[in-house]
Amino acid sequence: MTEMSPLHFKENAIRALGDAELQRALGNMRQGFIEKRTKAAERLPEFDALRDKAKEIKDHVLAHLDLYLEAFEKNCVAGGGTVHWAKDSAQARDIVLNICRLVGAETVTKGKSMVGEEIEINPFLEANGIRPIETDLGEYIIQLRNEPPSHLIAPAIHVNKEQIADAFRQHHRDLSPERPLTDRAALLNEARRALRERFLEADVGITGANFLIAETGSTVIVTNEGNGDLTQTLPRIHIVLASIEKVVPNFDDAATLIRVLARSATGQEMSVYTTVSTGRKRPGDLDGPEQFHVVLIDNGRSKLIGTEFQEVLRCIRCGACLNHCPVYGSVGGHAYGSVYPGPIGKVLTPALQGLENARDLPNASTFCGRCEEVCPMRIPLPKMMRHWREQEYAKRMVAPRVRWALRLWALAARLPSLYHFGARLAAWWLYRRGKKGRGRLAKVPYGEGWTRFRDFPAPLGKTFQSQWRGPRRHRRPSP
Amino acid sequence: MSTAREQIFAALRQGFRGRNEAAAKVGVDARLARRAPNLVPARAKPEQKRAAVAAFTAMAEEAAATVARVNTMIDVPGAVADYLRNHNLPMRAALAPDPLLDAARWERRKTLEVRKGRAEAFDEVGISLAYRGVAETGTLVMLSGENTPTTLNFLPETEIVILPADRVVGAYEEALAPLRSNSEDGSRHSLPRVVNFVTGPSRSADIEQALQLGAHGPRRLHIVIVDDAAGP
Amino acid sequence: MSPRPQNPSVGLFATCLVDLFRPSVGFAAAKLLEDVGCRVALPRGQTCCGQPAYNSGDKANAKRLARRTIAAFRHFDYVVVPSGSCGGMIKTHYPEALADDRKWLPRARAFAEKTYELVSFLHDVMGVRDVKARFEGIAAYHDSCSSLREMGVRVQPRALLASVTGLGLRELPGRDACCGFGGTFCVKYPEISNHMVADKCREIAESGADTVLSGDMGCLMNIAGKLLREGRAIRAYHVAEVLAGVEAAPIGQVKPEAEEATA
Repeated sequence: MTEMSPLHFKENAIRALGDAELQRALGNMRQGFIEKRTKAAERLPEFDALRDKAKEIKDHVLAHLDLYLEAFEKNCVAGGGTVHWAKDSAQARDIVLNICRLVGAETVTKGKSMVGEEIEINPFLEANGIRPIETDLGEYIIQLRNEPPSHLIAPAIHVNKEQIADAFRQHHRDLSPERPLTDRAALLNEARRALRERFLEADVGITGANFLIAETGSTVIVTNEGNGDLTQTLPRIHIVLASIEKVVPNFDDAATLIRVLARSATGQEMSVYTTVSTGRKRPGDLDGPEQFHVVLIDNGRSKLIGTEFQEVLRCIRCGACLNHCPVYGSVGGHAYGSVYPGPIGKVLTPALQGLENARDLPNASTFCGRCEEVCPMRIPLPKMMRHWREQEYAKRMVAPRVRWALRLWALAARLPSLYHFGARLAAWWLYRRGKKGRGRLAKVPYGEGWTRFRDFPAPLGKTFQSQWRGPRRHRRPSP
Repeated sequence: MSTAREQIFAALRQGFRGRNEAAAKVGVDARLARRAPNLVPARAKPEQKRAAVAAFTAMAEEAAATVARVNTMIDVPGAVADYLRNHNLPMRAALAPDPLLDAARWERRKTLEVRKGRAEAFDEVGISLAYRGVAETGTLVMLSGENTPTTLNFLPETEIVILPADRVVGAYEEALAPLRSNSEDGSRHSLPRVVNFVTGPSRSADIEQALQLGAHGPRRLHIVIVDDAAGP
Repeated sequence: MSPRPQNPSVGLFATCLVDLFRPSVGFAAAKLLEDVGCRVALPRGQTCCGQPAYNSGDKANAKRLARRTIAAFRHFDYVVVPSGSCGGMIKTHYPEALADDRKWLPRARAFAEKTYELVSFLHDVMGVRDVKARFEGIAAYHDSCSSLREMGVRVQPRALLASVTGLGLRELPGRDACCGFGGTFCVKYPEISNHMVADKCREIAESGADTVLSGDMGCLMNIAGKLLREGRAIRAYHVAEVLAGVEAAPIGQVKPEAEEATA
């Protein structure tokens, strides 16, 4: 079983690399998401200009976050909503529990919410005698399997249909053993049937929010299944969990972000359901919740404002950075041991959980830059991972052996004659060792990580600099 | 001890030290009052209505909705009945109690049984009225309210939406503009509890990344565009 | 395009890996530059661009090395690097690292302005459209991430390689995916790195190529090392070696005659 902590990244990654089922799923994912996003982006000539605009909107918001939150609160209350503030997870959980208790809730349906995962609302409600039911199909599957999500928008990407069938047979008590669950359609129908009952019996519906609109005090959710809408329409109470950076000034700004969200996430032109909710049921309305609560959650975000990590708060959780990340594509989401996996997790998790608890995450990157290239919000993810590495180095969290090696090397690099002498020595020595191996080495000192999986191409005897300056230049004479 | 709200604001303002507060306030107020789309793609600016309806239809079909087109409201029940019959669906539906839909004279179509009101768990077909259609992506804009309850859009397996052709606009911003507040006359926004932007029927790719329609919401979305909804 | 510079002075930044492992790349680069009239020099003051320090979080040393390198190359019209990775360090990251240094930031910016990856310099600045070289084989060109994303190198090597007699080109399906080298990444996370390079090698083999070319020695050592370990008969060369028609054994191999001599 994967240890859910970023402290175990290395072990978890190795386990994931050996998991054939996971590797198959990740292979599908890479092809599917990448191709679809590329097509969607190519089809909209204004896509990159929209990304620039989207970035600008969120930068403006983050520079005035307090003011927009105040405006959101005022307008949300004016529309009949109630706004709650939570500094951390514990406060957010208590707020939700208190609302549930006020109406004597027994069953709570839940739309997909990453901040809900972050504050670990489900185990908390369960411990307090309230049954939370995830209604997003992927989230529901992993809830039955008692697992965390492994992708921001495809939480059960690591599970195959046989495993889903097993989970349904184990948990759906009214499911006849004769009913075949061999194909995907049968599984979907079974989930639909089982969840439909939960939607109808729930007392409270909890959703997340993709955006908060300050202009009108509205919350916005974006889904494809319609589960979020059933979750928030049928029960008497609708609770929205939203982190504070989700606010945008007005609907024009939300529209810009919506135009880049689905295209970046799934390659759709538009997600099936984009729902703007403003307050509670109105007089004369035939349906809708009687209460509308918005819980605004900080949980470590406010302290990022004004720092080199502020830009990470532009994230709209589309998952494009995961889909395009070669490391995520190799190890999947669980290896990260954090709610947010992939490149965004490498930057966000140390901020939320402390660098000392997530040191591997910003290091486990080749800095290939593909995440930044596809990020609709143009978040400089590699640069921020480097900032974490700088903090790690400055706080002396790097192993002394590595620090000393770096220092020695840097000292030599500042003294060209020493450096060139060292290079000549290394080239000669490795060349001698390489001769036996016909130009390659199967082992190099301190290079076990390399040579366990690859040969090491050996130098050819002399450095370029010494040959260039040497008496017998191999160079072609200048014309 | 200070409240969570105070603590959050204190932490934020720590990050905003050195900001020109007066300028910030003016900038934010102006932005909140602004009613101007940021950047609308060219494809969301069709030249005329006819092009908008054609673009809407093409994009909605691409999103796996089906589209029928009729002349006036009177033709709507026939189109709905045809659709239900062709798909072997029950000839019974929950119908949005909107006065505009009354013009369709549903009672004359004896084979089709309609009940006005919100959708209930047993309803297999829901019929509602769109507030707008957005050509950009073939998106329907549905409002909650006493005439168009939201449950009609989500509970039944089959969702049928009536869309008057003159309600098709180019972009999302255009669709919502009439409901937003007007800073000139100081009016508050008139957004209903919920605005649903709906693009095609419900779907999920959560089982082995294979797309399937009808996850929790409707399996089918049928749109009936009425060319002259005000007509006889 | 701006007019082609006449006999510009070019400082060749050889890079640590070329210096230590593959001098033929340095000579190939010099030949290609001299063939189009550049006056090439190799300043003695050059060592390492400082990227290992910068990416390890040791910003102080990265800044020291950045200042050193800038000073060592200050007299040249252009600085040309046979690597997108070291080039990207100079072009993108020097100004970033020295952002709070009022004296050195303008120099870093000016330095970044005149620094180019080798093949893009030949193509974009010197206007080279073909080379007189011959190479028998079918090659897959691997885009290094830094060449692709920091130096804008994509079409240039393909354009010049197309003019090499006897050479066929294949595109890899995952051509913008990283090979898994990543500097210290490949030894800090060897299993993940291995997974990535194994994928890359499989794609290269499936493309039908018998040669892999790239503009970065880091990627090439990683890919060549994996190909050798897997026993695949695919040769690895730096793109400059092929463009310059330099005779050399593939990376990680020795020439048949040298093999006999040592046997």
